[in-house]
Amino acid sequence: MIENADQIFVILLHWLVGLVPEPWRPWLSYLLIIAAIMGVFGGLFAAATIAERKILGRIQNRYGPNRIKMFGIKTFGLIQPIADGIKMLIKEDIVPHAADKVVHYLAPIVLTTPIWMTFAVLPMGRNMTALDMDAGILFYFAMGSATELAVFMAGWSSHNKYSLLGSMRAIAQMISYEVPLVLSTIPVLMLAGTLSLTRVVDAQGGYLLGGFIPHWFILTPWGFAGCIIFLLAAMAESNRSPFDLPEGESEIIAGYLTEYSGFKYALFFLGEYVGMLAVSAMLVTLFLGGWHAPMKALEFIPSWIWFFGKTICVILLYIWSRATFPRIRLDQLLTFSWKFLVPLALANLVVAAVWHFTNGWATPLWASVRWLLCLFLIAVPFVLLGRSLDNKKQSPRLYHYAE
Amino acid sequence: MLGLGIIQGLIETGRNFVGSYFKPERLTTVQYPEERAKSFEASRTIPMLVYDGEDPNKGLRCTACTICEQECPPKCIYIVKDTVKKPDYLGKMQMQPKIFDIDISVCMGCGICAEVCPFESIKMDQVFELSTNDRFGSLLLHKHQLAKSNSYFNKICPTQAAEIDANRAADVHKAELKAKADAEAKAKAAAAATTNAAAGVAAAAAATVAAPKPAPAPAAAAPVSKPASAPVQQAKPTPSTPASPTPSADKKP
Repeated sequence: MIENADQIFVILLHWLVGLVPEPWRPWLSYLLIIAAIMGVFGGLFAAATIAERKILGRIQNRYGPNRIKMFGIKTFGLIQPIADGIKMLIKEDIVPHAADKVVHYLAPIVLTTPIWMTFAVLPMGRNMTALDMDAGILFYFAMGSATELAVFMAGWSSHNKYSLLGSMRAIAQMISYEVPLVLSTIPVLMLAGTLSLTRVVDAQGGYLLGGFIPHWFILTPWGFAGCIIFLLAAMAESNRSPFDLPEGESEIIAGYLTEYSGFKYALFFLGEYVGMLAVSAMLVTLFLGGWHAPMKALEFIPSWIWFFGKTICVILLYIWSRATFPRIRLDQLLTFSWKFLVPLALANLVVAAVWHFTNGWATPLWASVRWLLCLFLIAVPFVLLGRSLDNKKQSPRLYHYAE
Repeated sequence: MLGLGIIQGLIETGRNFVGSYFKPERLTTVQYPEERAKSFEASRTIPMLVYDGEDPNKGLRCTACTICEQECPPKCIYIVKDTVKKPDYLGKMQMQPKIFDIDISVCMGCGICAEVCPFESIKMDQVFELSTNDRFGSLLLHKHQLAKSNSYFNKICPTQAAEIDANRAADVHKAELKAKADAEAKAKAAAAATTNAAAGVAAAAAATVAAPKPAPAPAAAAPVSKPASAPVQQAKPTPSTPASPTPSADKKP
């Protein structure tokens, strides 16, 4: 029974595919998997938008959307995404007269397509990887960085100064944060010894101390540091506040989205949120043990529930930080990436190497020595780099033309 | 250390999030169509004309003095005096407006009209649901739309209304006393006159003594006829000073 609950979607897929004649089976299988991914993550996208609005409201001591009714039934605003979708669909699609029409049309499609493709390599449960690639991590990051092109297409084709400024900011930000993002995953690859995400998750199976402490990478010093770096870089990659400079409303209207309306805008919006979901799922897969339960005693709960539960927790953390932190300045943004996150990620590589070569320290005493040594090795660069970011050492900013 | 401030910030917002579910007083939002925010006395939207009693035409305090019309900065008030006079609360015959229009699409809600009115007639209302389907006609409020009863004024501005009512009651009381004194003085004068007539020319000196006697009475009653309170009297000299160069121009939009 537990086995069945865990594998219910796999069994369902096999049963559905078995209904059609042999030559069509692979195609039907692909179609079903694509439909499932788009349905589930589309639903999560809708849930994330309403959760974000509700939580932001509550944090600011407001109600958030709470009025929408369907067929006279009160829903406490929970079907707001449906209303938003209908609104977006029936709005006029405005294309600026001076815009490069083809590129303007293609940009939202180019943005959303690669983001959906990243879900192919993510293991969403036991035996639930759509496309178990050997170089899954490579595929993920290749697809994830393809969105930068779309952002620049949108900014350039709109023929609008705000759009262009926004897309230039976005490019500067995304390229800067791509580096720590990828560098922070390298320790995982080193220690797991594979580029396949399925095997990365397998490497995090098993429990210590009688089944209470999981073997997740976040519970190691290098994994914890890597997880934080990944979290921050991913926040910047998905243009989330406090790194939402490309869309800073108070400065450049809506950045590269300024000239988009109607469903094209909705596609950008979807791309942003689905990108956030993808990066959260990647964080869960790399550092939070993927679909593994946090305790041996909790393994009876299906693996896919753990995967989606952890992903939702990471998304809630994103929403929480959006409500908390103000937008940072562009120079602060780049300084934070190049002077703090990148050196820290490089130091983390050293820590991971030390961890790898001290693998033989198996007795409890030596294991704790190994743990503390690695913690020390990452904590020292953290404190030193943190001091270098201190503003007191910088000379006061001079404004030559703003007197 | 780096990062502690971030955690403090997260704790602060987290406390707000949890607190909003457990402390209803944190949520200041009023769910508008179902419930209304409690209005406070000093709030104001557009002017209204206060009337005493039940009949808006009979009890209207406005005397069509046009001070408000002259003072109004955007010139949204339009007044035409009536040829027929009507008695005010002291029984004195006063002018009354035939037309009193306020274009609330022009009105900026400054409250200057209410401040300068010496008859406590024009006051600021607190209605705010003033939207109409018609852009021009429905936004030009006429006398019968602007007239609001004194009991309504008492409801929205209890303190100010109570003060005004007390002042007016005192005025009425003084007027009654004065009328009584006048009547007595008149009766005395009449008696004196009859005695004078009886006494003949010899009492001419006595008549000159008696004549000033009623004279102080109107002099003392002069402030009584002005029912204004202190701030209004202060504002009173102003009407002539900021007179616009073209007072007659664009009176009616």
